[in-house]
Amino acid sequence: MKYMLLMYASEAETPQYTPEEQQAIAQAWYAFGQEATAAGVLLGNNGLTSVTDATTVRVRQGKSLLTDGPFAETHEQLAGYYLLECQDLDEAVRWAAKIPLAQYGSVEVRPLNVWSQKA
Amino acid sequence: MTVAAEIERCFRAEHGRVLAALLNQLGDFPLAEDALQDALVNALERWAIDGVPHNPGAWLLTVARRRAIDRLRRAETLARKLVILETLDSQEEPAMDDEIPDERLKLMFTCCHPTLALEAQVALTLHTLGGLSTQEVARAFLVSEATMAKRLVRARSKIRNAGIPYCVPPAELLPERLDALLAVIYLIFNEGYVATGGDIPIRHELCSEAIRLAHVLVALLPPQEPLVAEVRGLLALMLLHDARRETRLDAAGELVLLQEQDRSRWDQAKIREGIAVLDEALTLRHPGPYQVQAAISALHAEAPTSAATDWQQIAALYHTLAKLVPSIVVEVNRAVAVAMAQGAAVGLPMLLRLADQAADFYPYHAARADLLRRTNQYEAAADAYAQAIALCGNSAERAYLQRRLDELNRCMG
Repeated sequence: MKYMLLMYASEAETPQYTPEEQQAIAQAWYAFGQEATAAGVLLGNNGLTSVTDATTVRVRQGKSLLTDGPFAETHEQLAGYYLLECQDLDEAVRWAAKIPLAQYGSVEVRPLNVWSQKA
Repeated sequence: MTVAAEIERCFRAEHGRVLAALLNQLGDFPLAEDALQDALVNALERWAIDGVPHNPGAWLLTVARRRAIDRLRRAETLARKLVILETLDSQEEPAMDDEIPDERLKLMFTCCHPTLALEAQVALTLHTLGGLSTQEVARAFLVSEATMAKRLVRARSKIRNAGIPYCVPPAELLPERLDALLAVIYLIFNEGYVATGGDIPIRHELCSEAIRLAHVLVALLPPQEPLVAEVRGLLALMLLHDARRETRLDAAGELVLLQEQDRSRWDQAKIREGIAVLDEALTLRHPGPYQVQAAISALHAEAPTSAATDWQQIAALYHTLAKLVPSIVVEVNRAVAVAMAQGAAVGLPMLLRLADQAADFYPYHAARADLLRRTNQYEAAADAYAQAIALCGNSAERAYLQRRLDELNRCMG
């Protein structure tokens, strides 16, 4: 089954890391990616820039309405995603727990809908 | 028993096992539930005429399977149905006399999967394994039938859509999953045992159902599995509490404390059974909190009078329990037990040490009030009772505390 792992964290609360800390963090993310790839579960992933770079588009009564920022103000913001192919929810949850962001943020595990599972 | 009552009793007894087997074959919870409901409708019609069949479970499973195939053929969305149809068509239809395999262990763990909301776990366990109707479960939790139906439908959909696996958890997850399952069973028991007001028969039903589920769980797990010790511990604990059920409230529906209960009305058969189950648990040498709590309950149950209670042993057991599950509840109970064993003057300082952590916990203030009263500090005791009353949410317990406060005020004149 295909699952989307949506990663949320509070941008306002991101600590300032030292260069050594940053390197360790980068290593942790790299290691996760490698492990998921080796296990054959990784279908895709990407990271996003800050919500301050976001634009929200709504079309109402034929008019395009643009707002600066994310769709809603939330305490944690979407930071990126992983798309995984797993046996079942238990496996998807195991992978979610290994994501470095899970230590300080939230990882939402959601299955792709029934038509998207086929692709 | 009338035919209708016999049929209903049968449905109740078979529901869990049939659904578990059906779910194993179909892999789709909502479909399995709907197909079983269809089969129950068929059964109501046929059994009223032909009588209850020799093997009702197998009859229901076979017919439910056919109804599932019918539903799949009629279903609009193509995506899943072809897979299930192919699997079903390739299997031979089981004979109506065959012993249906017992997959209830898988079902129990699935219903109590941690990714379901706790209230959904409880509702699903009662409905699916307990065979309670939606209406009965709704009454037990004081929600409308429509609300409960929605809760159940959502839970089954999530199980299917999110890919919750239908299996007994692997060894590395088994301890925490079993803990979660036991917590749900105990929650069901307490819902029946502690709640006051509402439907009394339903309350008793919940206690019996929780005990039955624990029995089933003990029967299905490998007997030498060390984790079974805690399952037995919980079963013993519930049996020992249930033995006192008749004496918990008096005729006016007011709370009667353990030391004031009429022990001649305690169910001795349940007490003997509880102690036997606890003894079996202890042979596995895998101690845990439920076993300790059951041991405490057993000491109360075995004391012929309140005065004969072995408080020293109970205090020691609370000490053990505190090490296993450190919690303010346990610490308060331990101080109370020490006060009973060694006197209020010894227990009170132990209790007062908990003041900061227990400020919002009404049993702490109630215990404090009692010990202050016993050491003749009446004004402080009255104040403590007042604090307990202000914090207490349970009407029977609040009424009990109010009576004590009134008594005290009368004494102080």
